[in-house]
Amino acid sequence: MTARAETLPRPAAQSRPGAALAQGLATAYLSLIVLLPLAALVWHARGGGLDAFRTAITEPQAVAALKLTLVASVAVALVNALMGTIVAWVLVRDRFPGQGVVNALIDLPFALPTIVAGLTLLALYGPQGPTPIDIAFSRTAVVLALLFVTLPFVIRTVQPVLIELDREMEEAAASLGATAFQVFRRIVFPNLLPAVLSGVALAFARAIGEFGAVVLISGNLPYKTEIASVYIFGRIESGDPPAAAAVSVVLLLLSFTALLAIGGLRRRVTRHDAVS
Amino acid sequence: MPFPRLALRFVALAYLGALLAAPVAMVFWRTFEHGFGDAWAAVTTPAAKHAFLLTIVIALIAVPANTVFGVVCAIAIVRHRFRGKDLVNALVDLPLALSPIVVGLAFLLLYGRGGWLAGLPFDVVFALPGMVLATIFVSLPFVVREVVPVLREIGTEQEQAASTLGAGWWATFRRVTLPSIRWAVAYGVVLTTARSLGEFGAVSVVSGRIVGKTETMTLHVEERFQSFDYVGAYAASVVLALLAIATLVAMSVFKPREGVSNGDRG
Repeated sequence: MTARAETLPRPAAQSRPGAALAQGLATAYLSLIVLLPLAALVWHARGGGLDAFRTAITEPQAVAALKLTLVASVAVALVNALMGTIVAWVLVRDRFPGQGVVNALIDLPFALPTIVAGLTLLALYGPQGPTPIDIAFSRTAVVLALLFVTLPFVIRTVQPVLIELDREMEEAAASLGATAFQVFRRIVFPNLLPAVLSGVALAFARAIGEFGAVVLISGNLPYKTEIASVYIFGRIESGDPPAAAAVSVVLLLLSFTALLAIGGLRRRVTRHDAVS
Repeated sequence: MPFPRLALRFVALAYLGALLAAPVAMVFWRTFEHGFGDAWAAVTTPAAKHAFLLTIVIALIAVPANTVFGVVCAIAIVRHRFRGKDLVNALVDLPLALSPIVVGLAFLLLYGRGGWLAGLPFDVVFALPGMVLATIFVSLPFVVREVVPVLREIGTEQEQAASTLGAGWWATFRRVTLPSIRWAVAYGVVLTTARSLGEFGAVSVVSGRIVGKTETMTLHVEERFQSFDYVGAYAASVVLALLAIATLVAMSVFKPREGVSNGDRG
């Protein structure tokens, strides 16, 4: 098919005006909406010179906020790796009444506004909740809020891979005497790993930047429950945009790194799909 | 092996129940525990109604803009080779990973006092244009990301056939390309709408949160909560939660798989 396409004159040449238009429009829109504001952000962050930038991001309260953000996001990524895989497995391999509803509910954190997510957790696990559990204004609350908003990522990346996974391999291994654990470790786990990692990276990236879900339930106590987004918000509110911009650039770099990792993992996952 | 199966089912459902179902159910219960009347009164105050209207207006601008851009950008990414394509790809994904607070700050610094575009004849920051721009930013990736894989899958043969038969690029797009991507576009539009209605952080920074003026639904929830009007906060949350559930229903209708069901797979 490719050979034939190459021997013929390219009909695509006729659609050149459309091509140029699409490309020009897309580039212009992206530049105006995404690139220009971010350029302004970086410009302001370095406006006070490198020393001011360094002072802003080594400010103890900023360091504490960035550290908490990173530690909480790593914790959230790990819990998601385990629980997300279990939930995906149960949704694909198990059969129980009401499964369709449970499956549809998984996407709720994507659809629910983050401020509402935070409020729902506070209503149940806060001081006025019906349970004796009160985690409001603690680091546990930060992790819980992040777990809520990142819930779908691992489940939704693992699920399709698990559906496509050929069960004959597992059956063959079992018939050759492998235990359930061996089948999981040698066959299921290696096949799922790229998808799990890709979902974990997405969850991590999301957790790094989260604001709405955390802002009500964490209490935003400096050095204790204040995450980076909330710290930046506080700097904006108290009229210190240069410091806010400096810490924002750190978050921007973290986001970029996470995106690069996701891009690499996604390529691995697709390659795996193409082979099978 | 019934034991591990049941144990895993229990663990999964307990996790989802404690993290997702119970908290959301709790907000519904809190809203209506003093009767339907209180909740209704709380979401029909002038401030609540204004917030609702403003949220809809912002979505009505942001969603069509991102839909048109999404289709155009997806075509540019899939159908054409050009320099800087990797950069375009990265920029499209960035809103998914970037903190909304950083987004809001970026617009504040660009259009606010002392910014490069501060001299525009109309207010951007603390006004509707800024809120629309911030919402467009955060909801930008969804249509692109849904349409790109479908465009890849349908290939170019039909489009090439159409253009060899003399169809112009617009006719080719409207008669051949658009019908094959319409479900993916619909799915992307649903996601974009949900993200627009629910945006909080970025809008919080650029709007200035002026009650009855630049307050959206999500900002209204926070403002009611901070003023200790819990019924008001919960009731507004329930409105947003119902919109989210409607989104879920729409998502299950437009599942992306259906978009390629008639296409020839490889």
